[in-house]
Order: sequence, then structure tokens, then C-alpha cells
Amino acid sequence: MTRDHVLNVEGLTLGYGERTVIDRLDLLVPPGRVSAIVGANACGKSTLLRSMSRLLRPRTGQVLLDGEQVHRLPAKELARTLGLLPQAPTAPEGITVSDLVGRGRNPHQRLLSRWSAEDDAAVAAALEATDTVGLADRPVDELSGGQRQRVWIAMALAQQTDVLLLDEPTTYLDVSHQVEVLDLLTDLNRTRGTTIVMVLHDLNLAARYADHLVALADGRLHAAGEPHAVLTEENVRAVFGLDCSVITDPVSGRPLMLPIGRHHVAAPAH
Amino acid sequence: MLLVLAVLVLVALAANLMVGRTFYPPGDVVSVILGQDVAGASFTVGRLRLPRAVLALLVGLCFGLGGVTFQTMLRNPLASPDIIGISLGASAAAAFAIVTLQVDGPVVSALAITSGLGVAMLIYLLSFRDGVAGARLILVGIAVALMLESVISYLLEQAAAWDFQEATRWLAGSLNSAHWGDVVPTLVALVVLGPVLLASGRHLDLLQLGDDTASALGVRVERTRVVAIVAAVGLVAFATAAAGPIAFVAFLSGPIAARLIGPGVSLLVPSALVGALLVLVADLAGQNAFDHRYPVGVVTGVLGAPYLIYLIVRSNRTGGSL
Repeated sequence: MTRDHVLNVEGLTLGYGERTVIDRLDLLVPPGRVSAIVGANACGKSTLLRSMSRLLRPRTGQVLLDGEQVHRLPAKELARTLGLLPQAPTAPEGITVSDLVGRGRNPHQRLLSRWSAEDDAAVAAALEATDTVGLADRPVDELSGGQRQRVWIAMALAQQTDVLLLDEPTTYLDVSHQVEVLDLLTDLNRTRGTTIVMVLHDLNLAARYADHLVALADGRLHAAGEPHAVLTEENVRAVFGLDCSVITDPVSGRPLMLPIGRHHVAAPAH
Repeated sequence: MLLVLAVLVLVALAANLMVGRTFYPPGDVVSVILGQDVAGASFTVGRLRLPRAVLALLVGLCFGLGGVTFQTMLRNPLASPDIIGISLGASAAAAFAIVTLQVDGPVVSALAITSGLGVAMLIYLLSFRDGVAGARLILVGIAVALMLESVISYLLEQAAAWDFQEATRWLAGSLNSAHWGDVVPTLVALVVLGPVLLASGRHLDLLQLGDDTASALGVRVERTRVVAIVAAVGLVAFATAAAGPIAFVAFLSGPIAARLIGPGVSLLVPSALVGALLVLVADLAGQNAFDHRYPVGVVTGVLGAPYLIYLIVRSNRTGGSL
């Protein structure tokens, strides 16, 4: 099992140029759980995630990992505890799966150190966990979207961090691959205790797979807590401006959101 | 493959020492290098061919290493210092020194190096906005290159006949006046800056995964980039100061090395070797293959231009990288 780490955000304000994207946000990531950040387009979800992995400096406030500001930690030390899979990572042309996954070992390597048996074991375990062993020698650019996403997750796994941030890990994937990726992350959380924070577009998948939902609206925290408490008709209306009906998902027992548009509504919802 | 490249470089070096208007067998060449007196060979090989071949080797290594550093870092083969104006920065300063200041030798070199670094800094600052994006830097670099081209044209317009000749020979990239005085600073640059680049090789490779991923893997992106830019520009500027901007060597070495070596491996050393091979072979051909003797830069230019066109055509289709 991995060690639990406390990741939290205090009075965080973020922005690009003139624009403020996140406004005085406070947030505590529950250790050892799966959290999902949801919200409308351009509400600052990805920006928040980037700042949590210190890609973006706070205007004010701070991001704390075990009480220390992430922006002050040495780069490699942070990268041994906290991993990030960005939204659209790019692979160098022609690189093979095992080479790419191996790059996840960088934070564990010294300036001139050789590739170690430990590195080999970590890469093998990452390929195993993501079911990509059979792809190891294939060039990444020849893979399908779902396979490629599994390979990127494998790279993040090879990094062996206790906290893993993922920016829309299911984008561009069809529904079966979306479920596959989310199942994989759940396995990781349950077997290794990895704290997972992901930005997700699909509210229903977020409610099903996350233990903790964070709803952002206009750069502020609108609601956070268990899916039942957060995915409500009022919150969806406030955050997305959408009427909906929330029922209990017969498969998972989690809340399930059914949007109500202007068409194809059989009977009054209430 | 690395070993094969190294052997090829040595063979090319040996050929450059033996072949010329008079052919000297390997035995004579070795004797000269060991300091023995061999009639004829001591002058031709020892005084003319040896500094020329050694300089060709060194500037080739510098161009290859400097070029591939930029191409790797910016994930684009067009991002080579000879395309984005850094070599032209050195050239413009050299033309200014020769034509306007009427100076030569070390002063030209010093100005060329300073100006190469200055232009690199200018391009970096002009393209900086929350970090540096590759495409923006390349476009700014190409614009700066065009500006410098017209500065050079203007300077040549003003030049007296004798200066004009010297300036154009320098601008074509030539080893004709190679002497040990050029070799020493280039060697020092390579010995100091080469290891700096090799040490940051792994982090440079990680930058190819995108800044966000590299940073998440513990790379300090901006610092890695600044160190690499300074070291690579230094190498290219010193080599340019010694032999002129030998066309396209920095640009060609990385992609050729990538084809030979394959993906997933650091290209720094292979590319340096390819650079050396290109300059040595091009100079050998320029000196011996035609009725007329051509400066080395003319030969590499003939090789490089079609490749540039091919690359642009191909990247239109695939958006390709190295």
C-alpha cells in the first residue's frame, strides 16, 4: 500500500494574462480516494489541475502537499509523489510503447545513473496493470486511441506516485474504452491506495467512479462531497444551467443524471 | 550503428588528409602527424590538410550537436539554428566586421559569437509568453532570419571589392583559410559545452513529450531549455566564427541521425558524428570531385536545399517531427 498524502488548496487564485480563471478556491483532496472535478467548459477544471501539479504558479494562495508548497519542492522530489497525465500528451514520432513507459522512471533516476532492475520491474508492472504487455514493442503512433491512453496511463504508473492527477483521461475514447480506463484507475486506487484526482466531462461516469465529487462554477467551488450530495438537480442547474432529473443508477446505486432539453421529453418530469 | 558512424568519421578524416592534388599514402600521413619530416607531405599534410580536416571535424561536431539540440527541444526539424536566424546573426555580425569595421581574424570571430548569442536571446524573448512554444519560436526565428538576410545584403552593397570577396567567401562557409588559430577556440567550445548538453540529454528527450508531461516527470522545463539553448548556440556560434555558416549541416544532421539510429534513443552523439561526416565528405568532394574547387558550404547547400523542401512538403501532410 502507498502512503497517504494530504493534497489541499488554500485561497488559490489562478489566471492567464488579464483573465482570472480560479478565484480564491479552498479544496481538500481526500487521501486514498478517487476524486472527480466536474464543471462546465472553461470553468477552470484543467487550470486547477495544472496548478496542483505546479505547472501554473498561483496568483495568490497556495497548493500544499503534506503541508509543503508544491511550487517550492524540488522538481524530482515532487515527481516521485505526485504524477500528472495532461489532456493531450504528445509522443515523439516512432517511439515504442516500452520506451515511452520507461520515461516515467525519470524522477527515480540520477543524472548519470544507468537503467536499473528496479526500473525494469516498475515498467513491467505498469504494462501488466494496463494490459499493454502485448504492445510493448509497437510504435505508439500506430495504436488505437484506447490503447494509446492505456499506454500513457502505464507511463504515469511507472512513475509510481502515491497521488495521480489526470486531465480528462477518457476524452476521445468510445464508451467501452472509457469504462475500461476508469476501471483501471479504480483498480489502482483499491490495490495500491493511490489517491486519484481526475477531471471528467461525463457527469454520470464521474458520479459512478468517484468517491468524492468537486463541482466548479466560474472558477469557484460550488459543491464538494459524496456523489449523492453533489449530483443533484439544483446543482446541475446552477453549474451547467441545465434542467435535469436525477435518479438512482440501477447498476451502481450512485446518482444518475438525465438531462431535460426542449425536445424528446415524454411527460412532465415532476 | 554508433560505432559504424564513428569509424566512418575516422575514415573520412583520413581520406581528407591523404587525398588532394597529390595523394599521400597512410604511412606518410602518420609520419607527419607523429612529427617526422617527410618531403612534401610535411607541408601539404601538416600545414594545409591537417588543420583543415581537424577544423572540418570539429565544426561538424558542433553544428550536429547544436542543431539536434534545438530540433529535439522544439520537437521540429525546422527549429535548427541555421533556419531560425541564429547562424545568420553570427554571419551578419561577421559581414559588418569585415565590410564596415574593416577588421579580420579574432575580432570577426568574437563579434560573430556575441551576435549569435544576442540573436538567440532576442528570438527567445520575442517568443516568450508563459513559456516558449516551439511553433512561435520558429516563426519569430524565420522572421528574424529574413531581417538579418537583408542586413547582410545591405552590407555587401556597401562593400569595397576586396572586402566583398572576403565577406562572401566567409558567408558561403569555407575551410580555405583554416589554421590552428581557428581550431583552438572551436575545440575549447566543444570540450566545455558538449558535456553540458550530454548531461541534460535525458531531460531534453523528455521535453519531446510536451512541457506538461516533462514537468510532471520532474524536469525543470524552462531551466533545461535555457541551459540547452545557451550551450547549443555557443557551439554553433563558435563553429560559425571559425568556418562560416556551413549551410544546412546543423539542420541535416539530426534528421539523418534519427533515420539511422531509430526512435527512443538520444540523438545527441549520433547527430554530432553525422555533422562531422557531412562536413568532412562535403569538403573532400568540394576540393576534389569537380574541375573547380568549391567551398564546403556550397556542397552542403546543394545537399540541404532539396531536403528542406522535402521536409516542408512532408510536414504539411503529417505535421511530423524529428
